[in-house]
Amino acid sequence: MITLTVNGTQHQVDLEPDTPLLWAIRDAVGLTGTKFGCGIAQCGACTVHVNGQAMRSCSVPIGGLDGANVTTIEGLSPDSKHPVQAAWLAEDVPQCGWCQSGQIMAAVAFLKQNPAPTDADIDAGITNICRCGTYERLRRAIHRAADLMKA
Amino acid sequence: MDGNRTTPILTRRHFIVTAATAAGGLMIGISAMPHLARAASVMGQPWNDDTAAAHEIDAWIVIDPDDSVLIRYQRSEMGQGSMTAVPMMLNEELQADWSKVRIEYASANRNHREKKIYGDQNSNSSRTINGSQVLVQKVGASARERLIAAAAAKWGVAATECASANSVVTHKPSGRTLRYGELAAAAATVKLDKEPAIKTPDQFTFIGKSQPRVDVVHKINGAAKFGMDAQVPGMVYAAVLQCPVPGGKLKSVDEAVVAGMPGNPVVVKLADAVAVAAEGTWWRARQALARLQPEWDVGEAGNTDSAQFFREYRAALDGPAKTARKQGDVDQAVPAGGKTFEAVYETPYLSHSPMEPLNATVHLQADRIDVWVGTQDAYEATEKVAKFAGLEAEQVYLHNSFVGGGFGRRDVSDEIAHAIAVAKVVKKPVKLIWSREEDTRHDKMRPMAVTRFKGVTGADGMPTALSIRTVAGSIVKAAGIPLPPNGVDFVAVAGLAGNGYASIPNVNVDYVMRDTHLPVWWWRAPGQNQNIFALESFIDEMATANGQDPYQFRRKMLAGKADWLAVLDAAAEKGDWGKPLPKGTGRGIAICDDAGSLCAQVAEVTVSPKGELKVNRVTVVMDTHYIVNPLSIAEQAEGSVIFGLSAALYGKIEVKNGVPVQGNFDTYRMVRLAQAPKIDVHLLASGGPKWGGAGEPAVPPLSGAVANAIFAATGKRIRSLPIMDHDLSGST
Repeated sequence: MITLTVNGTQHQVDLEPDTPLLWAIRDAVGLTGTKFGCGIAQCGACTVHVNGQAMRSCSVPIGGLDGANVTTIEGLSPDSKHPVQAAWLAEDVPQCGWCQSGQIMAAVAFLKQNPAPTDADIDAGITNICRCGTYERLRRAIHRAADLMKA
Repeated sequence: MDGNRTTPILTRRHFIVTAATAAGGLMIGISAMPHLARAASVMGQPWNDDTAAAHEIDAWIVIDPDDSVLIRYQRSEMGQGSMTAVPMMLNEELQADWSKVRIEYASANRNHREKKIYGDQNSNSSRTINGSQVLVQKVGASARERLIAAAAAKWGVAATECASANSVVTHKPSGRTLRYGELAAAAATVKLDKEPAIKTPDQFTFIGKSQPRVDVVHKINGAAKFGMDAQVPGMVYAAVLQCPVPGGKLKSVDEAVVAGMPGNPVVVKLADAVAVAAEGTWWRARQALARLQPEWDVGEAGNTDSAQFFREYRAALDGPAKTARKQGDVDQAVPAGGKTFEAVYETPYLSHSPMEPLNATVHLQADRIDVWVGTQDAYEATEKVAKFAGLEAEQVYLHNSFVGGGFGRRDVSDEIAHAIAVAKVVKKPVKLIWSREEDTRHDKMRPMAVTRFKGVTGADGMPTALSIRTVAGSIVKAAGIPLPPNGVDFVAVAGLAGNGYASIPNVNVDYVMRDTHLPVWWWRAPGQNQNIFALESFIDEMATANGQDPYQFRRKMLAGKADWLAVLDAAAEKGDWGKPLPKGTGRGIAICDDAGSLCAQVAEVTVSPKGELKVNRVTVVMDTHYIVNPLSIAEQAEGSVIFGLSAALYGKIEVKNGVPVQGNFDTYRMVRLAQAPKIDVHLLASGGPKWGGAGEPAVPPLSGAVANAIFAATGKRIRSLPIMDHDLSGST
């Protein structure tokens, strides 16, 4: 039995320790905002925060996470008004939307480390794949979020 | 859902959230930010639990007494924005207050029961708007006139004295008003003497102004429900492994090896695959599947590889061919002072690779089946489900979801077939998910093609003859569409037999059908996505060898075609064509017509002395003839550039021993932010009889524009994709 605190709520997860966090979140905790894209930490669709750090949950076994604090897209803000979410909405970023939970979670963690990023910082720091190709708006949204967080 | 025999956890939730609109900017230069102004909404779960709502005007429109309006959208939302644009089109006639409009998917089940009241439900070929516009205008106009008739009857006045706007009917002489919410019940019973005429484009007042897409609010907080997000009580999870050589069969598998593994795994043998269903998590199913060592019957295909395919395709260039187009005589003598050209272009198989791997959740019962899936065609998928399940279409409840990327892949329903086959064995609800590797390797691929061009230019440097022969797989055949009498797959030659260059007096376009064991299917801008790369590159070869500017060369070839020239000229102007560039940097241009629209692009690239390629910027000009939602058209153009660029730079599915090699994003690479160019999009709306599509037309010109820019920067001609296979070092 592994104890995970997900978005502030404690869950006793009765799964094998090699179970990736992604499947614990989706199938055991029942939160489906975190997405499966590749299973090998390539695309970032499954990005969540573990103890404040962005992680690709498809490749993080829960065995090492007993007692961890996990934040998923559903727990990012109570009202969908986190500056990154507000910026995403204002720039109309998502298309199909499958990768966007991960993009947002990656951007939130990135902006903590880089509160005033350049385009080059963003290109180097956000490596999630978006097959719909929303990068133009995504880049603008990260700048906008940085501005919102400063304000 | 209709009925109550199943109780999905997916609850009906309404999210009313303020969203955005852009002020003006219909024509060129709409990349400005939308400002938050209007509200509209959709449910995070795009289908309704109960499609027979209390206050229906008709199957399409529900107006509640509080004036809230529900518009049912009949096709799919996979990011292309049509769930916003089609209801906008309907509301152009309905004249409801857009801030009070909610949208949900129309029920495919109801469409079957009610004689296709929603018409076709497919979202493919960039024709969601084109194929819906007349129908939804009629629906909106009819409802509006019935609301007006209901008001006129209440007041005892002539309907002609009444007008409607913003969800209010006004009696013009007296100034009296009634809200739509007060009229809906009466309007639902009104029978019009005749249906009203729909608006002509000069009468449009609502469409053409940017509206934020209604689905976006649910895609920033995890609320949007995709097929994979379905949760059905008692369901098990299934993973599947298909024969590594597509088309092969399962011979045998030892099921005993999964005994005792977590989740009580059950092995299910399918004709061409083996699946495992497990309780608790999909991971358990996948772990058990990984332990299986199935034996396959792969047949002769197991001895094939990509190099062999390309050799065979090249050889087929000199064999028999079908004629797609013939005009003049391409074999006449080369004019004095003329030049001849010959080049062969090659494009590989590609996988669609939507971000959401294929999946389906099914609950099969004796006289009913529920399916949760993201599909590009809910109506056709319903028919297929009925067949797979041995039920009638009326017994199929297909809950189409937000679609995590389609690009042409999501209308085959092979994933649903798997899920139903597993459900028949385990007799429980099943959520079946393909791994990324299954999704990539068992895609229905973009066909490979080998295309030979022979060209002649005259003393003035302009083409006098063009002979094209393409050897390519047949999507038309794969789709079961009868070939036309000339035996030519019209998709395989799309874009080759014309592309506006009618000024060439002597033209031959031939087609050689050649397939391998890899199945092929529609892939964003089918045919065009590879043919325009080849054609626009070859045009560039003829231009540059004659010392002509590629843009001016195309202008001359397009003489007299005002619509093409407007798009080409705008791209050249907005893309800074002709402005000086540093050494190692070049611009390329390409143009095409696709899905009823025109698109030209200028790409600017830099190639370092070490051969590193960077696409700096892409300018897109697109003429869709009419514009419903400029914002989502611009987004489609931006996305198409990236989609095309992934294919141009990295895209290839190779085959070794019959097996598709690339399986995941480590080897089937995608453009990420670091490779994403700056993109500026400019829209034109030239009117005319046709409504053009927006999802595809900006894909085909990209690879040609980039390849031509590489030539401008380096002098190296790219005649095969992907570009990463070419060594550009030392060329700048």
